[in-house]
Amino acid sequence: MANSKSAYSFAGKKQKPDTHIIVVWVDNEAGVLARVVGLFSGRGYNIESLAVAEVDQKQNISRITIVTTGTPQVVDQIKLQLKKLVPVHKVADFKREDKNVIFKEMALFKFVANNGKLNKAFEACKKFNPVILDKTNKSNVIQITALRREIDTMSKNLKKFGLVSVSRTGAVAMTRGSEIFK
Amino acid sequence: MPKFYSGAEIVFKCLEDQNVSHIFGYPGGAVLPIYDELKNFNSIKHILVRHEQGAGHAAEGYARSTGKPGVLLVTSGPGATNAVTALTDAYMDSVPLVCITGQVPTHLIGTDAFQECDTTGITRPCTKHNWLVKDVNDLAEIMHKAFEVATTGRPGPVLVDIPKDIQFQKAQYKNYRKLKKLNGKSHNNYSQKNIDELISLISKAKKPIFYTGGGVINSGTKASELLRELVYATGFPITSTLQGLGCFPADDNQFLGMLGMHGTYEANNAMYSCDLMINVGARFDDRITGKIDEFSPKSKKVHIDIDPSSINKNVKVDLAIVGDIKSVLTSTLKTLKKSKNNFSKSNKHQISNWWEQIQKWRSKRSLDYIGSEETIKPQYAIERLYELTKDKDTYITTEVGQHQMWAAQHYKFNKPNRWMTSGGLGTMGYGLPAAVGVQIAHPKKLVIDIAGEASVLMTMQEMSTAVQYNLPIKIFILNNEYMGMVRQWQELLHDKNYSESYTAALPDFVKMAEAYGCVGIRAKTPEELDDKIIEMLNTDRPVIFDCLVDKQENCFPMIPSGKPHNQMLLGPKDQKEKKITGKGRTLV
Repeated sequence: MANSKSAYSFAGKKQKPDTHIIVVWVDNEAGVLARVVGLFSGRGYNIESLAVAEVDQKQNISRITIVTTGTPQVVDQIKLQLKKLVPVHKVADFKREDKNVIFKEMALFKFVANNGKLNKAFEACKKFNPVILDKTNKSNVIQITALRREIDTMSKNLKKFGLVSVSRTGAVAMTRGSEIFK
Repeated sequence: MPKFYSGAEIVFKCLEDQNVSHIFGYPGGAVLPIYDELKNFNSIKHILVRHEQGAGHAAEGYARSTGKPGVLLVTSGPGATNAVTALTDAYMDSVPLVCITGQVPTHLIGTDAFQECDTTGITRPCTKHNWLVKDVNDLAEIMHKAFEVATTGRPGPVLVDIPKDIQFQKAQYKNYRKLKKLNGKSHNNYSQKNIDELISLISKAKKPIFYTGGGVINSGTKASELLRELVYATGFPITSTLQGLGCFPADDNQFLGMLGMHGTYEANNAMYSCDLMINVGARFDDRITGKIDEFSPKSKKVHIDIDPSSINKNVKVDLAIVGDIKSVLTSTLKTLKKSKNNFSKSNKHQISNWWEQIQKWRSKRSLDYIGSEETIKPQYAIERLYELTKDKDTYITTEVGQHQMWAAQHYKFNKPNRWMTSGGLGTMGYGLPAAVGVQIAHPKKLVIDIAGEASVLMTMQEMSTAVQYNLPIKIFILNNEYMGMVRQWQELLHDKNYSESYTAALPDFVKMAEAYGCVGIRAKTPEELDDKIIEMLNTDRPVIFDCLVDKQENCFPMIPSGKPHNQMLLGPKDQKEKKITGKGRTLV
């Protein structure tokens, strides 16, 4: 509606959105992921990627890593709202540009091609710690670890070497050096 | 030999240990074992409602008028889904509720069993937290944790979903032990430095204002006392949100009335022009701020709130103090007295121009309306109701719409916990069941639901509850045959296209009252209004009062939404004087 008279048509000033990596430590109990994800969808926040697994079997703690984009105000809200959830222990937030934090994603590539192309594909992956997980005379499965954008580019560029299937994780993050997040 | 109790018994033992005296509920297949135990626990009285939404709102009325958590007990499936509106309402208005729902037996969960629904899934976004009990050994701990979560920090609703087989299984009862740490969720998180900063802002301000909300009431009656002390000690003007009414006496000279969309001219202009805004337990809701970009552009803003996520959510503030209002106000008063004794006297000169300006705004008399001798003006009805009940300790609930705003504008509250209204969610049908809950908590007090004829029909069935328990609630209906607020918006914003806002086939409320077994009274003219109200007040039974009011009356003043505070639309009197033409109105 170009000339809406509705009460809700006046959005405020927009800030610039940034990409953030939010790490959440939660009790590993039924429905906890739904609570976290539901908070994002219910309040209209983005999720670019999501990685979750139990990291402490003894204390039943899972670590959820969420990549999201939002204005500073929105990112602050995300953190504060997450901290209010009962099973949430702590919340960390890193900017994607942060040099002190390592971000990694893993991808599995399946190639179906002749031997020449398969070798070229492996060569092309050299920069990203490739591991051959499976090999037959007309196919292989290669695992790489890299940044999100690098994997994006790779999955485009490798098409010509017979890439037929891609499976990838969400980003996981960890700080550099001896520091840990409290 | 340790004693073993069934899950159903454990539920009641927990309620007993939490000092619960009343629960609101409705039985059904999946909660029958719990209902079976009811007879063995005499200290807990069950109030049978007529619809689960009514149970929820009644529990809300109970909670808001006492400060204690409200408890409701409903069955699985439709019982749970019917309670969702009330849970959401409580979530938006920060009301502590504990909702116990039955669930189909554990082995049937996920099979689309009869009256099964994903209760914890449905209520996840409208509760502070919820639990599905999968092991009877966890039940006691979960129940006690539920009360703790509902009542600590910013209060809110919680839900415990108990499958039927768990209600039968046996376990030992674990006594309540308070957790020392709430998973790092501490509530007082401010320092003396924050308080010193606040005092420094207070002493520099030339145009200050207190903007207070429901947080003050949630913090307990002591918080309201401290607020009064602070407001008197500073001499500053104070305005309140819809939910905060009553925490400061409305007939005090320092009180500017309610602010926001239907707030007074003086309150809204003071908010726009102030240089220091002290928000105490309010949340910068969009009905308060109007256009965010032009909200109080020149002021330093202080926000005192227990919920860290309320800070900087809608409006960026200069000083945030995260903590319980009672404790923050105690520290503030202590520091103020120590550093600046007799502040209100020494500071009087500094804010005298500000008060002069406020008096000018006040002289607009923005709540005035054009009276009538033929028809009852709705504002007049509320004024008379107030005059005739102000000497009693009256509890007022409302539905949602024009009548709610008129009640907020014209009924003057002097004490906290006397005003129960659905603000955040705006639930039509809230007031009648809420009045039931209030009357249960305060059997000897006068409880009035100021209602509209459209809202009240949404939960009218709870009159039957009121009659069953001899609750002399008074349903005071301002009957204009329209969904008044809808009609007002259609008049102002949609070229008077009154689409579906007229109720063509209303019931006869007097006969309806008789059908329910209570008393019906109708007032048609201003002349007979007082006598009829007195007749209502003298009736020691539930009353439905059908007050036929002017059908065209609009609720003014009004900030057209999306506009800043200084662009208010005033009532017809002012519009006539200023000769605002039809063209001006289309700009709204």
